[in-house]
Amino acid sequence: MWPLRSSKFSYLPCPIFCRGILRRAGAWRFVLFLSLFAPIAAAAQPSLSDLTADEKNWPIASRDYANTRFSTLDQINAENVSQLKLAWSFSVGVDRGQEAAPLVIDGVLYVAAPYDGPRPNQVFALDAATGELKWSYAPKPDIAAKGVACCDVVTRGLAYDNGKIFLNTLDNHMVALDARTGVELWVTKLGDINLGETITMAPLAVKGKVLSGNSGGEMGVRGWLTAVDQNTGKIVWRAHSTGPDSEVLIGPEFKPFYDWMKGKDRGVDTWPRDRWKTGGGTVWGWLSYDSNLNLVYYGTANPGPWNSNQRRGDNLWTSTIFARDADTGMAKWAYQVSPHDLWDHDEINENVLVDLEINGALRKALIHPGRNGYMYVMDRETGEVLSADPYDTVTAYKGVDLKTGRIEPNHALEPELNKTIENVCPAPPGAKDWQPTAWSPRTKLLYVPHQHLCANFKTSEVSYIAGTPFVGATVDMYAGPGGHRGEFMAWDPVKRTKVWSITEHQLVWSGALVTAGDVAFYGTMDRMFKAVDARSGKLLWQIRAPSGLIGQPVTFVGNDGVQYVAILSGVGGWPGVVANAEVDPRVRNGALGFTGASQDLPLYTVGGGTLLVFSLGKEATQRPAEAPATPGDRP
Amino acid sequence: MKCAAGLLCVAFAVCAGLEGARADSLRVCADPNNLPFSDSQEHGFENKLAQLVARELGKSVSYVWWAQRRGFVRNTLKAGACDVIIGVPAHYDLVETTRPYYRSSYVFVSRADRDISISSLADPSLRALKIGVHLIGNDGMNTPPSHALGELGIVENVVGFTLYGDYRQDSPPARLIEAVAKGDVDVAAAWGPLAGYAALHSSVPLRVTPITGTQRFAPLKFSFAIAMGVRKGDEALKRQLDDVLQRKGDEIAALLASFGVPSVREPAD
Repeated sequence: MWPLRSSKFSYLPCPIFCRGILRRAGAWRFVLFLSLFAPIAAAAQPSLSDLTADEKNWPIASRDYANTRFSTLDQINAENVSQLKLAWSFSVGVDRGQEAAPLVIDGVLYVAAPYDGPRPNQVFALDAATGELKWSYAPKPDIAAKGVACCDVVTRGLAYDNGKIFLNTLDNHMVALDARTGVELWVTKLGDINLGETITMAPLAVKGKVLSGNSGGEMGVRGWLTAVDQNTGKIVWRAHSTGPDSEVLIGPEFKPFYDWMKGKDRGVDTWPRDRWKTGGGTVWGWLSYDSNLNLVYYGTANPGPWNSNQRRGDNLWTSTIFARDADTGMAKWAYQVSPHDLWDHDEINENVLVDLEINGALRKALIHPGRNGYMYVMDRETGEVLSADPYDTVTAYKGVDLKTGRIEPNHALEPELNKTIENVCPAPPGAKDWQPTAWSPRTKLLYVPHQHLCANFKTSEVSYIAGTPFVGATVDMYAGPGGHRGEFMAWDPVKRTKVWSITEHQLVWSGALVTAGDVAFYGTMDRMFKAVDARSGKLLWQIRAPSGLIGQPVTFVGNDGVQYVAILSGVGGWPGVVANAEVDPRVRNGALGFTGASQDLPLYTVGGGTLLVFSLGKEATQRPAEAPATPGDRP
Repeated sequence: MKCAAGLLCVAFAVCAGLEGARADSLRVCADPNNLPFSDSQEHGFENKLAQLVARELGKSVSYVWWAQRRGFVRNTLKAGACDVIIGVPAHYDLVETTRPYYRSSYVFVSRADRDISISSLADPSLRALKIGVHLIGNDGMNTPPSHALGELGIVENVVGFTLYGDYRQDSPPARLIEAVAKGDVDVAAAWGPLAGYAALHSSVPLRVTPITGTQRFAPLKFSFAIAMGVRKGDEALKRQLDDVLQRKGDEIAALLASFGVPSVREPAD
């Protein structure tokens, strides 16, 4: 079925003066649509929790609110995964970094393209079993967006709830679409690209709202998390990451575990005067949600855009994990992972919510694989750090004091103007960046895709932006000890040790997936999609993809009853700019230092934009094909 | 409405540049909204320089407009959409640079009626004045004055203006100098060409003084030689540009002077 919405209008280059006309035309189509379908649209929708309980779906970018990326499907398992074959594929039409997770709800797969080409951030709905295109939707972009947005133009995916698909565009619009038709229901502008703001994260739908944060801390943007009403598109609350308590949404219920974060307006007084107003702390990573505690968890990014000697103090609430009431946004607790961050160690990485038996007691835990190289296990009710152990080479810090909760910086490596600082590990992208981990309740292991890089900092090179020359930092990144740049490893958060490890020549910039078939999946930047034994790490299957893999693998069951595994192929993102956008690989410190760590990438891959969907085939599937399952009919 | 026109050009002129590349045009990569350097009305001194060079080469000028921030060189010059960036620091890493055609420095700007006579970073009155600086922020790196003031412990009385600013407004970096004219800050530490041009056009008389006393902050530099930039390996165009820059040195110097660009000599150190 092709879209009711005649989307060809939005492909025309549309200057500002014509946009009002299109908006009105869109509104007219919307009214027409409502009058036709209102009775159907009003039918009861299964809740997102019900959809998650049905193993055939992948309804949230992280599969579930806990961010486990674990699927109970086991048609594909360690015994038969070696027979996995390509079932169908689809081009999203844009050869840029593909970091998005496809969503699958009731046999329909939804996927979003990066912000580039004639139809930036285009959304596609496809039959999850056959790949047949059901509809597509192209948002109307801000005309200024592409030249003004700084970095690569990724999206990390969509959200779904109550029959609606929610899209974040790079130019800060949240869009609600009818999941059946692709018809645009509402558009809300959350930020302004002209002020350096962008949105790259996947939104999360929780209790009638959709949550999203902003990116752009280096442009002087002040970070926030915003909740939008799913039905009306109206902003319900916005929690800033810096500034007075009234704007950070800190009230009487706020109880940080550690004393040094207590007190009034710490988001103001941990900065020199007024610095918090452009303080960074953007929110561009992952959101998780505990429905029993009714708390939403996320981490904020590094402080910016001031040089560190102009922003002395802890710079709260940057590089901080927040727990907030899902209804009001009010903070319950916070934990600043890296006070006064010096190394661009955003703490936007995911918080995986699992219950762990620690010292004989069952704890409601939160696992946060820190950008700073430490694996944090925290009490998600209180914000107490239960353990924090290095999972990669760390020289920038000396450890985390579990009494005070504070990380101890290595003062010998603090930046000085006239000094080259060498061997800073982890490098600015951290030991792990946005690429999400997966947790198996069967093995009780966390599967961690991450990079292994160190950096040298030198103050000398001239850079040039907007007419102004300045002396910038040369950040020269290189492979850490051992000479490999990436690792895929299994971590036991109770024993606090690495259980097995696979080293990769290139960074591992893709997400992870693990299933009840005890298979873990990840992709490499040199174009291999791999399945490994979740218990041993033994390689079971791999296939060469069209382009490097930095996406999020997912698994689901189509309307034919067959289990599929899918991932987007298309190198890009921060490290991949060198391969997809003609950065000169001979210049080691281009792309903010990252090409030094990935300068041989063009020898392995160029850009791409293909969704790859694998299965064992109908014949090899152990269970017979069955009618589409109703929610909850499987354990 | 001028700014709206500028933004449109970002989108359309890229296409125009890609399609309409004619052999007889000098294809220039430039920011459509960054006076005094360049704008889509071609009122900037880099626009005038492009015309001068094109005339000498017997060509016309065509533009690919892109906001000058991270990704500018990658998306314009390196993407092959255009062939020359009119102003880059000499020996700038990402491009092949021509011979430098001027040298300017960071300056202090204040209202003339305030009679603030500061030139040295060692001046103790810097601790009492409200000082505006530009912020860049990539990897926490900013303009040299921002680092130097931080090094001196001058923090609480420093006010930051992001260089990127609000791109809907004309020439966002100019907000810093306007803050001086309005009295929002006592003194600004800014890149010379921006300050010199603003002083020329300000309704309030401004005083512009090159910053001195910078030696102790090495390797930070406060003066920079500016050249043109072409793609690495484009020796033919580089030679042509070098030739024009050498022959037309006097005309270029006069043009820059007419835009108020403060010129400094090579520092002794």
